[in-house]
Amino acid sequence: MNDKDIALLEESFKKFYFDNFNLIHVPENPSQREFGFQRFNSKMSRHISLKSDKELHLLLMEKTPSDVYCSNACYSFPNLPMNEKDWKNAELIFDIDAKDLDVSNRDEHSCVRCTECNEIASLQQSCPKCKSSKLSKITLSCNDCIIAAKDQVKRLNQILVDDFDINQKSIEVFFSGNEGFHIYVNNSDFQLVGAKERAEIVDYIMFRGAIPETFGFKKINQQKITLPDFSESGWHGRLSKTLYGSKSKRPEISKKIISSGYTGFQKQLDIAKNQIGVRIDPNVTVDTHRIFRLPGSLNSKSGLTKILVNDIDKFDPYVDACFIDADNVEVIANCPIQFSLKNKKFGPYHHEIISVQKYAAVYMICKGIANHT
Amino acid sequence: MINLGTDEIVKYPFLAEAGKYLSDKGFSLNQFGTDPDLKRIVSMAFDRIKVASDGRIYKSNLSTNDSLPMEVFSFLIAVILLKLTGMHTLIRRFSLAEARRSERFLERDLSNYKDKTKEQLALQIMHELFSITIKKQDDDFIIPISNYLKHSINFHEREWKLINRKVNSGNVLLTSHETVRLVRKEIDLYISSKIHSSKTPEMIEGFQEYVDKLRILAKKFEVKIVESSEHPPCIKHAIEVLEKGENLSHSGRFMLATFLLAKGQQVEQIAPLFKNAPDYNEKVTLYQLNHLSGKTSTTSYNCPSCEKLKSQNLCFAVPECDNIINPIQFGRKRV
Repeated sequence: MNDKDIALLEESFKKFYFDNFNLIHVPENPSQREFGFQRFNSKMSRHISLKSDKELHLLLMEKTPSDVYCSNACYSFPNLPMNEKDWKNAELIFDIDAKDLDVSNRDEHSCVRCTECNEIASLQQSCPKCKSSKLSKITLSCNDCIIAAKDQVKRLNQILVDDFDINQKSIEVFFSGNEGFHIYVNNSDFQLVGAKERAEIVDYIMFRGAIPETFGFKKINQQKITLPDFSESGWHGRLSKTLYGSKSKRPEISKKIISSGYTGFQKQLDIAKNQIGVRIDPNVTVDTHRIFRLPGSLNSKSGLTKILVNDIDKFDPYVDACFIDADNVEVIANCPIQFSLKNKKFGPYHHEIISVQKYAAVYMICKGIANHT
Repeated sequence: MINLGTDEIVKYPFLAEAGKYLSDKGFSLNQFGTDPDLKRIVSMAFDRIKVASDGRIYKSNLSTNDSLPMEVFSFLIAVILLKLTGMHTLIRRFSLAEARRSERFLERDLSNYKDKTKEQLALQIMHELFSITIKKQDDDFIIPISNYLKHSINFHEREWKLINRKVNSGNVLLTSHETVRLVRKEIDLYISSKIHSSKTPEMIEGFQEYVDKLRILAKKFEVKIVESSEHPPCIKHAIEVLEKGENLSHSGRFMLATFLLAKGQQVEQIAPLFKNAPDYNEKVTLYQLNHLSGKTSTTSYNCPSCEKLKSQNLCFAVPECDNIINPIQFGRKRV
């Protein structure tokens, strides 16, 4: 990112924070949290302790960070090195990202940037300019991506409430500020569990590692097999709905499953994993020392805000999380993909100087497909 | 505090205070080596250890009231013999076998429909010793998920994974057998820590011959391990990805680096492997490797377990991977 881009982003981010202090707060028990931040083109600064909103707002004004983070964990000494912090507990957090969801038309909204010469081009194997194969993929996620992510959020929410008995009021959903959602579980028994236990919770939610015996299928004595029923709780009920489709088909499909044998059923369970397992990022939930993007802060991958979602169905990130102002800015854009922000369509642009609203300019610069003139 | 009658102490002798139990019954340790009537208890204790070392469970004689104290004594004397022998391998085998023995009684007590006090006592032991809160619901035992996970993560068998359990409204449903099995490791640890923390007495007259026999017995369990130099499939795959110039995920790089470090390779030997990565930067790579190795950090990082690698889609298991729980164990054989 060049100096002009950084100057524009820093100015825009600072203005956002100044105008929106009401959106960004320290979480509960701030003095026990580890904070971190990053500036544009700089390394991460972590192990920071902040005790109040006032201290946080001062940091935002003084440092003009590109990204601000806060631990889900509480520590006795949050500003000491990791092994001296004395971990106390951590909220359970799940990350759902559209990039992990295999959305079918995702490639239509993707392009590549050459890491050698910075050329932007439509999706291809090598750089059209310098022929390098070192390309990074850029995706401007579309509504389909967000709809797919929302669907996963709703399924996760159902499992948390039904299977884990989490109070709905303890579950908070945040738009990540880019193309996914962070789901926080507050005030639960799970705050005290460690990484290994969290890995088990992750496998449960993702429907990973299921074996036929769990669902009544035996290796021997297969005359006595009783497969799960619609009315059963947890994965038994959910799996039966996926396997049979409707109650009336249960006897017929049960017979087919049993005749396919133990290995056949194991294969069906593996397939079901991709259909019914919730596609969370497993690494995020098991990491009990991670610092997460702070709610209310801007995401430097997009210029959009990580924001609390009250009604997931009605939520439109490209409207509701877009807070940068609409002053006109001139940029050189090389954006082969059309995108939409605040209900306005932008692009495609081919190496052209354009004057656009600042939120669109910031979005493109953050994505690496435009430069400030 | 759990109050136990003699018939309960027989089942769970590790709950008895050894010195107090002996003195309450009017005996001293020295008497066991010299008193002709008590000498046979030392022999019983030796058998109890021998049975355990063979991986079997010692069968108690609970037929008469008179035999009950003998059973408790044989456990307590076995502990003394183990302390005098000082062989950890025997202590390990003994505590596991005794854990499995008490498991049988716990299970029986949990499913004792006629005598509710037995069920209550079993639940109390589980709660007070192992901090498990279990409730009975119809024919099932229910345990809060967070509580279940603390114990189940000790198991590597797939049936203990949460996904393979019946889960409902924040609880895991278990049979009495599974409930007890869940705490085997804890009972084992409880017994072995009790043995380790108890004082080693001076050699007692009449005990020496048993101690000698036990030392010979322990030699049987000495194992030598040979190791092949072949990499496990997960590591081979990671190296192939890098050789092709494709992107290896952060967790894949972590696995590869920590594996090679564990195998004794130096940072300078490992760094060139990452040269083909699309985002290769020599300085960053060396920094990361030095950090993982503990040279520039306070922690030297271990290679992740097979379980963790499975969850990161980095596992490409082959039959030779059976019975290993970490890639660094691949190719190791006991001879």
